[in-house]
Amino acid sequence: MFFNNHFSVLLVVLPLMAAPICVILRSSKASWLVALISNLVIVLLSLSLLSHVINGNVVRYELGGWAAPTGIEYYIDGINAILISVVSIISLATLVYSKQSIRKEIAQPRHYLFYAGWLLCLTGLLGILITGDAFNVFVFLEISSLSMYMLIALGRERRQALVAAFRYLILGSIGASFILLGIGFLYAATGTLNMSDIAERLPLVNGSRTVIVGFSFITIGLLIKTAMFPVFSWLPNAYQFAPSAVSSFLAGTATKVSLYIFLRFFYHVFGTDYSFGNLLLGNILLPLAVVGFFVMSVVAVFQTDIRRVLAYSSIAQIGYIFAAISMATEQGLTAGIIHIINHAFIKTALFISVGCILYRYGTANINQLGGIMKSMPWTCAAFIIAGLSLIGVPLTAGFVSKWYLISAAIDSGWWLIAAMILMSSLMAIIYIGRIVEVFCFKNSEAEGVAKVKEAPFSMLLPLWFLIIVSVYTGINGDVVVDLAKFSATQLLDNLPGLNNPVGNPL
Amino acid sequence: MVEWLAFYNDWAVIVIMMAGFYIMIARYNLVKKIIGLSIFQTGIFYFYVGLGKVDNGTAPIFLEPKVIDESAANVASGIAEQTILYSNPLPHVLILTAIVVGVATMALGLALIVRIYEKYGSIEEDDIQAIDSQFICQLDDKK
Amino acid sequence: MSITVDPIITILPPLLAIPFIVFFGERYRNLREASIIVAACILFSFNFFLYQQFLEGALLQSEKFTFFNGLTLFLKAEPIGIIFGLLASFLWIVTTIYSIGYMRGHNEAHQTRFYTCFAIAIACVMAAAYSGNLLTLFVAYEAITLSTYPLVTHAGHAKAKRAGRIYIGVLMGGSIFLLMPALIVTWWLTGTTDFVAGGVFNEVNISPLFVTLLLCLMVFGTGKAALMPFHGWLPNAMVAPTPVSALLHAVAVVKTGVFLIIKIVVYIFGFDLIAQTNAAEILLYFAAGTILLSSFIALKKDNLKARLAYSTIGQLAYIVLAALIANARAIEGAALHIVSHAFGKITLFFCAGAIMVASHKTLVSELAGLGRKMPYTFAAFFIAAISIIGLPPLVGVLSKFVIIEGIIDSQYDWLIIVLIISSLLNIAYLLPIPFTAFFKEAPIDSVGANTHSVIKEAPTACLIAISITATGCLVLFFQIEPIVHLLSFIETASNTGE
Repeated sequence: MFFNNHFSVLLVVLPLMAAPICVILRSSKASWLVALISNLVIVLLSLSLLSHVINGNVVRYELGGWAAPTGIEYYIDGINAILISVVSIISLATLVYSKQSIRKEIAQPRHYLFYAGWLLCLTGLLGILITGDAFNVFVFLEISSLSMYMLIALGRERRQALVAAFRYLILGSIGASFILLGIGFLYAATGTLNMSDIAERLPLVNGSRTVIVGFSFITIGLLIKTAMFPVFSWLPNAYQFAPSAVSSFLAGTATKVSLYIFLRFFYHVFGTDYSFGNLLLGNILLPLAVVGFFVMSVVAVFQTDIRRVLAYSSIAQIGYIFAAISMATEQGLTAGIIHIINHAFIKTALFISVGCILYRYGTANINQLGGIMKSMPWTCAAFIIAGLSLIGVPLTAGFVSKWYLISAAIDSGWWLIAAMILMSSLMAIIYIGRIVEVFCFKNSEAEGVAKVKEAPFSMLLPLWFLIIVSVYTGINGDVVVDLAKFSATQLLDNLPGLNNPVGNPL
Repeated sequence: MVEWLAFYNDWAVIVIMMAGFYIMIARYNLVKKIIGLSIFQTGIFYFYVGLGKVDNGTAPIFLEPKVIDESAANVASGIAEQTILYSNPLPHVLILTAIVVGVATMALGLALIVRIYEKYGSIEEDDIQAIDSQFICQLDDKK
Repeated sequence: MSITVDPIITILPPLLAIPFIVFFGERYRNLREASIIVAACILFSFNFFLYQQFLEGALLQSEKFTFFNGLTLFLKAEPIGIIFGLLASFLWIVTTIYSIGYMRGHNEAHQTRFYTCFAIAIACVMAAAYSGNLLTLFVAYEAITLSTYPLVTHAGHAKAKRAGRIYIGVLMGGSIFLLMPALIVTWWLTGTTDFVAGGVFNEVNISPLFVTLLLCLMVFGTGKAALMPFHGWLPNAMVAPTPVSALLHAVAVVKTGVFLIIKIVVYIFGFDLIAQTNAAEILLYFAAGTILLSSFIALKKDNLKARLAYSTIGQLAYIVLAALIANARAIEGAALHIVSHAFGKITLFFCAGAIMVASHKTLVSELAGLGRKMPYTFAAFFIAAISIIGLPPLVGVLSKFVIIEGIIDSQYDWLIIVLIISSLLNIAYLLPIPFTAFFKEAPIDSVGANTHSVIKEAPTACLIAISITATGCLVLFFQIEPIVHLLSFIETASNTGE
């Protein structure tokens, strides 16, 4: 595929430039078109980047021609190239979907602001993924978070959406501030902000208390941002009350990008041996992760709003990913990355299908949706397939994830963890099965729902696109598995640093 | 004791941050929460500012060689006379960005509070919660 | 060995029938049902073709499809699979004929959906029968669960919903919670999930306790085999229309479960490993317990279909028991019992459905005197009951005989007593049904008229199907040789064919 080094910076510049254009245009349709076209270009760029990086190249782009570590550097290897593609594809799909869905949720005159916010959020997410500079991570994190708060506040149930956005703002800012503080400590210890540079200099100050403090602050900040088990409270409300397009986008990307920061910092910057060997990060994360995915799966069973079920399920899935990556083995890391990718597609598809139901019925309350399979067969079929994938039925993407998660746990000798993962899958059968049962059968003879039309084509198209992607990656699992394996080995090996661009095997 | 006091700027950071953090947790008033957040972030700004400060360093402005600061420290360290001791400008620049972000966060938070006040008629978190749960109860009654 | 035939041809006919079924729909229901019968006949002939090719020594294997990480999916025919495929496809023809009578006679709704899901389920059963490795079998197993869910909940009322919940919960939950980890462990230990004669664990060093655990995971994870305490779904699934109960819950679905167990015993663990480690002993107690307990429960059930369901659980446990004894003779007995029980139990279910269509009666106690109104149905019921009990000249006696031979070859002689007691119990719960129907007087209503006066014999289509399967029980007794011959090709480490 055609590739140019400047592509990397375009990924950030393009949405950043498109956002003010949307504001200038002030028209719903035109700004949608601008957003769509820029997003389409981003998808193409990201795929080109991926095909370049997957051959073992590492893209390093010096911003403004200033060489690192003086200047800011964009740094792209396997893991972020993959996630850039995932995020931009999901953004494209949800953007297509948003055109119809926000009609019922946001007043027409505000649409252009919605798209501008969307593009800014995309800028932030892509920026986090692309940059090789620790402070830049914070800046992009705040760009994406601020626009995300704004997007959430636009939600359909205006009142609760505002409160949800406010709570997310408080918690998200605390998380980001902790990350900022941690980065400050790292800078104090090493005198550089370039991540590869920090990685090279950290061994020189190994064991320094400054580094440990920075490490702890970054860990806690990221746990809040990823909505890891004890600090997840912002997530359910945000997912439930945000406009459906936003919650689909959020579910697929926001926490995944935070997870990427986690991988980048603890595997690359601090180094696997330091994070998991010296500081025993795995011992702290694993219990939290296991309790997290188990408890959250149980909580998901008792929710009445489908979006809330999916939100708690998301927290549980993050628990899976954390459990996998805290094993700090190649198997575990591969499993984690596979699940990051697969879950991004699955969860977005689930949220979009719930959005379609919301669009027609105006409610996602499980008690008011008896027998809607008849009215909306395509939407419900998509929900069922994605749900099966979440459970981990064979021939869906979820099966590949589960297979790897469990074999990684067994490989590390953690039989109990494997059993817990399976128990939590049983919970998934219950909470998905419960919804599917409601979709298929009327609640009672008296209370049938009104007959409505199937969701519009422009909403079904992205939905089924995601479903096909997740089924395809389930049948031909090697596509995702190979990518994940590649980036996992790259993260675990000593990555090419600043002074030795080739990288040295440990 | 004296060693402790030597880190007075770090102590200040800790006190300011924790004060802000406490406000955010303990106060139900949304505006106070934002104030707390702002104080919390200010603590971090101080930390960065303190990080860049070098004892006896001047502001990092390029000066003509004539006007060197001939302080004893410089002479003693044997550095050529023309060197000037600067504070490290980088953390200060960084924190300018963070301050901007902080201002944006505060602005957005306040905007949300204005909206919340319009919808709920209150900016007390427990009031809002009460109104929401009442609303849900009403929905249940309708069913 | 020059010819290669791809067993995938057996999956295609039912799938290709689906567009026709949907296209013809309710409007042209004769055409719809005709297309199913055509597909079923084609399917049977394909299976028969595979059978012939197998005897001629052709290689019956599909190309390997790479799943991920070196895992493959592929089909490969072997004797037990061929028997299972032939059986399921033949009975699909019969069941379709029966369904025509039953579904129309009963005025069931959503018949197109019913036939579509049925066809998908059959396709999945074929994939299971000819699966070349454990992963393929696992995938097919899950697909069967999913495709039969709409059939179980066909009626859509609260009871059906509850049954569907238990169905998915036990079958899918069991397979994901127990079978899948066992599969992953097998893969993790050996790097393969292929069915290998003599087992795959020869190369690795594992403790007897571990083998026992793994075997327990697989056997209990196979919820479809309905080994107690994982049997609860089967009686509940009887709320489905009778053709479903007959073909799927007496033949195809449950037999997939026991088929899976036979396959893992023969091709994953191998006889030697099970004999050395004594891994199956604890499971044999469970199987024996299931045989006796289910028979006692069946005795107490007044609902005809429920009684048959518990009888099915008991008979499945025979097969599981025979498989777990793990010697060549017992495996042969297990395979034969799959066939003999299939013909017997499908006939019984057909009769139960016919009685329901004709008289709307579902309880055993209501059947008094009905035999004179429905002589053909009850005659067939009687024949099938005799076969299940295991009396000559019906096929049931042969399979029981071979299973007992297998037990004698093994170290578990006490199991013979279990089988004998169970046969006596079979008599006790099956034979009273035709006897009540034939010899008890029909109840008289208040006016003094016979309450059965308006009842007629079941629809013709049903009768045709019933007579075919009942005749099957008889014919197979005399013509069992081809199946036994086929079974002699089973490759095991200890007994490498003839």
